[in-house]
Amino acid sequence: MDGAGGQPAGAAVRRVPVIAGLAMLLAVLLALGLLTGAAGFGVPDATILWQLRLPRTALAALVGAGLGLSGAVLQGALRNPLADPGLLGIGGCASLGAVAAFYWGISAAFAPALPLAGLAGAALGSAALLAMAGRAPAGPSLILAGVALSALAAALLAMALALAPNPFALAEITFWLMGGLADRSLLHLALAAPPIALGCALLLRLGGRLDALALGEEVAASLGAPAGRTLLLAAVGVALVVGAGTAVAGGIGFVGLVVPHLLRPALGERPGAILAPSLLAGAALLLAADLLARSLPLLLPLSAEPPLGVLTALLGAPFLVRIARRMAA
Amino acid sequence: MIASGTIKLALPLVALAGRPVLRDIDVAFAPGQLAALIGPNGAGKTTLLRALAGLLPGTPPRDPKRLAYVPQGARSAWGMTVGQVAALGRIPHGDQREAPVARALAACGIVGLREARIDRISGGQARRAMLARAFATEPEMFLLDEPTADLDPAAAHAIMALLRDTARAGAGVVVVVHALDLARLYADRLLLLVDGRITADGPPDTVLPRAAAAFGLPWGIDPAPRLLPPGAAAPA
Repeated sequence: MDGAGGQPAGAAVRRVPVIAGLAMLLAVLLALGLLTGAAGFGVPDATILWQLRLPRTALAALVGAGLGLSGAVLQGALRNPLADPGLLGIGGCASLGAVAAFYWGISAAFAPALPLAGLAGAALGSAALLAMAGRAPAGPSLILAGVALSALAAALLAMALALAPNPFALAEITFWLMGGLADRSLLHLALAAPPIALGCALLLRLGGRLDALALGEEVAASLGAPAGRTLLLAAVGVALVVGAGTAVAGGIGFVGLVVPHLLRPALGERPGAILAPSLLAGAALLLAADLLARSLPLLLPLSAEPPLGVLTALLGAPFLVRIARRMAA
Repeated sequence: MIASGTIKLALPLVALAGRPVLRDIDVAFAPGQLAALIGPNGAGKTTLLRALAGLLPGTPPRDPKRLAYVPQGARSAWGMTVGQVAALGRIPHGDQREAPVARALAACGIVGLREARIDRISGGQARRAMLARAFATEPEMFLLDEPTADLDPAAAHAIMALLRDTARAGAGVVVVVHALDLARLYADRLLLLVDGRITADGPPDTVLPRAAAAFGLPWGIDPAPRLLPPGAAAPA
């Protein structure tokens, strides 16, 4: 029998091994994540495992999964292979919320204030985005609303940096903005996991709607899956995932943009076919990047971990160049 | 009683961006017939088709299982295979049945292209893939916007013959066509649209002279040798 949705036999045959391979890779990376740390490689004592390595490893997998899936869904919903989860501006709003907590010193007095303020920023940003885009948004209006929101958040962020109360606050804010998962606790995990899981559950259900959109909005509407509703559901899911992810991990770029491009050559380009694989590959990619961030100080004479967001950008940029060359060919 | 599969549309006025596009529309399309919408550019043919498909605000929504709409110039955003494009027609049914997809590919003559990417085949082949998507839905009514545009004459005849046979087999088919030759040869019914109104509606022989007038072209008999439809006997 032919695969789901009349896939080509080749891609249908490849889909199962690719998903199984990704799941195995993810399991290996999760194990490595729990066994690697500042104390070196090996099984740590229970406190380190539960308080440090588990939250960090689980967060890397969760945030990465959400980013990979968000990228695949947004590219499908906007019919554009260049769409990135950062496009909607929710990440910028979460950053702004977190920076506000730094700025007024709330995070120094009460540690959970940082992720909570990030979540609040993301929630406010999502409300603004959905209000601007309307009940049945069109692609361009959603992008414009997202760009406006990003610009607003970036401007307020720059203002917070310029007016930072002291150089320490400035350094703290700048470093946090680079993105990272060092010293995250079970509390961060508890705050981020529910919205990310909810968002992923919502986004994973959009496969059929994204397929319907492949031939354009008119065809999607005639197939009973109007584009406006698809975009709205995608925006809500992405806002949940990216808002919560940024609130605990800061800005982590390129994962959402790159992951679907890595998968299409192996799985074909049907948008619905790459959703679950993008979730797995995003988790694996961010886990691998975080492992690299943790191991680099053990291997190289570095005084501290390189920021995770910087690493993903360093790894992602060459991939983008390759994609650009392939598209031009 | 109205036969199952008949679609009706009554619209006193359709305005797009404040400009009236359709007026006094009151039509019904029955199964078993190939109806062709003809008329000058800008007469409202595409708008009428979209209204029939229930895609304009204020038009009755249609059941996507029973009606398939193929817009002009639809393009896939992704390099899906022809088989995957055809399988999109199963979305309204929420199933992934293989048999209707295989039948659709066979009807449109593109079984051999099943694994080919839609963005790496010719325009005529891509058009057949879009048609196959509609066939895979197995609807009672097909609404097709210029399915023969920019096809070579043989391919255009093949598509029109396929649509005529589909109508003979019991489905309703409404097509927008510009080539009046094709409309005359294959359609059971012609509807002439001029400035948003249906000004003539009937068998091709009665509507075509009025269409000529609408286009401002002379109407008469041309004795010169010309391209004949497939299967026509050439004069000795």
